[in-house]
Amino acid sequence: MNTAADAAPRRPGAAVELARVLRAFPTLLRIGVAEVVAYRAEFLVWILTTNMPLVMLALWHAVAADGPVGRFDQTQFTAYYLGVLAVRLATSNWMAWQMSMEIRDGTLSTKLLRPIHPLYGFAADHLSAIPMRILVVSPIVVALFVTSWDRLARHDPSLVLVLGASLVGAWLLVFFSMVLLGSIAFYVDSAMGPFELWIGVHAIFSGYLIPLEVLPGWARAAADVLPFRFMLAFPVETLVGLLSPGDAARQLAAQWLYVALTGWLALRVWRAGVRRYAAFGG
Amino acid sequence: MPPSLQSPLAFATRYAGLFRVQMRMATLAAMQYRVDFVVRGLIAVLWSALTLIPLVVVFGVRRQVAGWSFEEALVVVGWFTLLRAVLEGAVSPSLTAVVEHVRKGTLDFVLLKPADAQFLVSTAKFEPWRIVDAVAAVVVFCYAFTKMGHWPSIAQVATGLVFLALAVVILYSIWILVVSAAFWVVKVDNLSYLFGSLFDVGRWPIDVLRGVWRGTLMMVFTFVFPVALMTTYPALALLGRLDAKTAALALGGGVLFAVIARRVWRRALAMYTSASS
Repeated sequence: MNTAADAAPRRPGAAVELARVLRAFPTLLRIGVAEVVAYRAEFLVWILTTNMPLVMLALWHAVAADGPVGRFDQTQFTAYYLGVLAVRLATSNWMAWQMSMEIRDGTLSTKLLRPIHPLYGFAADHLSAIPMRILVVSPIVVALFVTSWDRLARHDPSLVLVLGASLVGAWLLVFFSMVLLGSIAFYVDSAMGPFELWIGVHAIFSGYLIPLEVLPGWARAAADVLPFRFMLAFPVETLVGLLSPGDAARQLAAQWLYVALTGWLALRVWRAGVRRYAAFGG
Repeated sequence: MPPSLQSPLAFATRYAGLFRVQMRMATLAAMQYRVDFVVRGLIAVLWSALTLIPLVVVFGVRRQVAGWSFEEALVVVGWFTLLRAVLEGAVSPSLTAVVEHVRKGTLDFVLLKPADAQFLVSTAKFEPWRIVDAVAAVVVFCYAFTKMGHWPSIAQVATGLVFLALAVVILYSIWILVVSAAFWVVKVDNLSYLFGSLFDVGRWPIDVLRGVWRGTLMMVFTFVFPVALMTTYPALALLGRLDAKTAALALGGGVLFAVIARRVWRRALAMYTSASS
């Protein structure tokens, strides 16, 4: 059987490949931006589906009306959920969904034929959505500044640096997890089942629905160990000033450890998956 | 023969027969994937359990939120779970297929059949494993009422069931409206995700939104996108906290919704030009 992996040319050296990627990347990004602009209505609808933090904010506001919950009073909840919304919108992507589709209907074949690794292509697709995402996020950030300027991590330059690094880390961690999840589609008919479960677990343990501090003990213990907090809660907590510089630095190290681990695992699973992949008619 | 020339009884019998056939075909198709049935059922149970965590956390902090106790809020969650089972099991699979039909032009084959097109497309596909969700909903109801220590009366259950029917009608009508949009803009599969995310609001009693923008958001979710009618009001009915006037108004609103949806669907269908032509 002639799988797509057999047909691919021999792997070039790392330096050659990197040079190739660097040359192709600006074009890939331009195409990506053009696509996002062309499907802007669709893009906006996708963005609007991220409305759960606002509902949770309304809920916690009602709860905190008669006194704060732990460290969280009403203003803190507002800052937290606006932060969640901003970070989530800036870093999320739907790679697993796209990969599952492309593996099933064979669109992946054309990507495998290109002279750069398909993962760079996917990364370019999702990176190029970032300018549009920032555009959408900016009103939320303004709202965040207006409502809770005093609480934000702007007094300490080291926290600002950590915040920047944590956002990049969060993007990479989400991206690699999505590759990992999407690769399941190489092995089973549809990755949607595991994907749905992942969304559920992520919603609880990433701080998307509930600030991790407010969780009951056992759930908080789980959240401390699981990688989900580094995708969302960690940058948000840094942003709204809930973390001390020391804690933030420690968490940053843990986050990047997870990034490296997930990245390595994702590449392994992807490579094994592509070997199994027998393309359908493209 | 057009329906208007038949007696209503013959009309009803004919469509009941058609419904049976469609159901059998859908079940046969779904039963081919038995492993899928079990796996997805299990995932659904896990999911439902996960979605209870925010509720447990919130009511771990306060005994009452926006006038609702934990047990009462659980009744809302029960309705939500039940309706999601209906939505994902019976409503959205068929209607997602319509979008595909419109895009590919295969709706022609449906339109050529001598039966109402809306009926045919709406009963084309079911996902029987969602029954697991419905069972989970019943478990939630039982738990909530056992903890409260009193069960709803027959009349309250009857009102609840009427509201269930109403909720299904509204759910279905909104979906028909979304699908009708496919005739104009073609690509609406992500509208279904938006729909799903807005429907998620129904997990909570609508009163938690009372404080947002002086209740504007609450009005939106009661009248424009009536999630409140689907989960909070039925829960109020079961708890015996719904007065007759509100109930009557809600029912009237639901029927109005269905009528509008039917008219929009007819309009949209008139717009349809097959993809090949």
